[in-house]
Amino acid sequence: MAEPRAVTRRGDARLWLAGGWLLLALLAAIFAPLIAPQDPLAQDLMFERLPPFWMQGSEPGFWLGTDSLGRDLLSRLIYGGRVAFIVAFAAASAACLVGSALGLIAGYFGGWPDRIVSRIVDVWMAFPPVLFAILLVAVFGTGLTSVIIAIAIIDWTRFCRVIRAEAMSQARMDYVENARIAGFGRIGIMLREVLPNVAPAIVALLSLEMGIAVIVEAILSFVNLSISTDDPTWGGIIAEGRLSIHQAWWILVFPLITLFLTVLSFSQFGEGLKNRFDPVMR
Amino acid sequence: MSVPCLAISNLSATLANGVRVLRSVSLAVEPGVVTALVGESGAGKSMIGKAVLGVLPPSVRIVEGNIALEGIDLGELKPKARRVLVGERAALIPQDPLTALNPSRRIGPQMTDRLVHILGWAGDKADRRVRQLLDEVQIRDPDRVMQSYPHELSGGMRQRVLIAAAFAAEPRLIVADEPTTALDVTVQKQILRLIAELQKEHGTAILFVTHDLGVVAKISQNVSVLYAGKVVEQADTPSLFENPQHAYTRALMAATPRYTDPLASLKPVDETVLAGLASEIAAADRDWVAP
Repeated sequence: MAEPRAVTRRGDARLWLAGGWLLLALLAAIFAPLIAPQDPLAQDLMFERLPPFWMQGSEPGFWLGTDSLGRDLLSRLIYGGRVAFIVAFAAASAACLVGSALGLIAGYFGGWPDRIVSRIVDVWMAFPPVLFAILLVAVFGTGLTSVIIAIAIIDWTRFCRVIRAEAMSQARMDYVENARIAGFGRIGIMLREVLPNVAPAIVALLSLEMGIAVIVEAILSFVNLSISTDDPTWGGIIAEGRLSIHQAWWILVFPLITLFLTVLSFSQFGEGLKNRFDPVMR
Repeated sequence: MSVPCLAISNLSATLANGVRVLRSVSLAVEPGVVTALVGESGAGKSMIGKAVLGVLPPSVRIVEGNIALEGIDLGELKPKARRVLVGERAALIPQDPLTALNPSRRIGPQMTDRLVHILGWAGDKADRRVRQLLDEVQIRDPDRVMQSYPHELSGGMRQRVLIAAAFAAEPRLIVADEPTTALDVTVQKQILRLIAELQKEHGTAILFVTHDLGVVAKISQNVSVLYAGKVVEQADTPSLFENPQHAYTRALMAATPRYTDPLASLKPVDETVLAGLASEIAAADRDWVAP
């Protein structure tokens, strides 16, 4: 019994570490006006490219230094988290809803519903995702809503493929046949018997997708196609930091670390939750 | 004579490529009687059970004949009406207790589902009923079992749960599809005894699908012997064992291992018997025109 317990404990540590970072980042984003030490938009050319607090020439109150316009980096990261989390939750949920529903139907019913959904997915996957996103935002116009819609439109196939495969293997199980014999209709069986068994996969994917949405939003910000250029976003800060990498590395490195930790935490949190959700693994 | 609980007449089924898997099968299960269906694997025993319960795989098509449940011809019902009728009056004890329960749902709700949603019982009444049935299948702690997930129970326990679930709705007919095959020998015996007890108590008719003549002798009153989708012999159990008519039945009996002389008695079905069966089946297929 020692080994499964060890696995569970490691899974727990992963869940708590990832969840802790996400909670911290989320709270910081929600309470940004209370927490941020400076106004993220206030420029001060006297204070441009200040280094982080432990280096020579830093100023108190500007913990992670300032960017090339003298704006406080930490405050910009905290405010940038707002956009990142809104996009993560909204885009991932939308992609999850559409993709899981279609995947569940295709996998469980098979036959022509499956053929239609699978062909659409095949066509969808042929588009290079980031270019597709840029194209979509160019069409919809920039702004938070169009970024969210674009990410959902690109990434629903990720859910669809995985959930279809899961639903397919569940649909062949004897308990599905038993429910049929008991007199239940197909939709009832799909929701009552199949859905709970694919739920862990949905949860894991949803969390992973939130991380991916954060990355895609950062990429769109990086190419200046996300929300208005005034509001700080992680991708936007990275783009600015790239320009002064030789004079002030921190402007690039801190948003990258933030992005990295957040995306990693989303995927690890999802895996941890999946194991929690799965009655056999529990 | 009363209406048989299950009457299958002249049932033929083919695969998509036209190969016959059931060859004009007729059999009847009288109310409250256990009828066994024996045959080797691949003979189509389980197929008959699935046909009755309406869960044939999509590749198998019924081409002629009909199945009547308590006098109602299932072929004439609309799919939904058929499903509900079968759900109310028939049940299955499945072969593999490991996959027959949903791994992510607790036992209790899985067992009450049919009572509540198909038969329209109130939740607490269904709960009481299931608890009582779990008691009847000699599960000591019904409340704990109902709170459990399937993986927390042993194979024998799960099969007891499935038996209780099958009897819970008081069906007229239970199809038992090799219910002891996936269990180890000591548990097999208990489960068999349990099914026999509950059958007597509830007066349920059972179509008992098995490959094991030993099981047939213990539990059934009537037997149909199936070979390659064709019924080769039908009789009541005592006379089948005393006086088997068909060469294949005799060969099957000879092939059953005996504890007293395990190696000597273990002989496969004789070549000449198989040749006879092959020509019998060829003759049946020659006369048969797909409708």
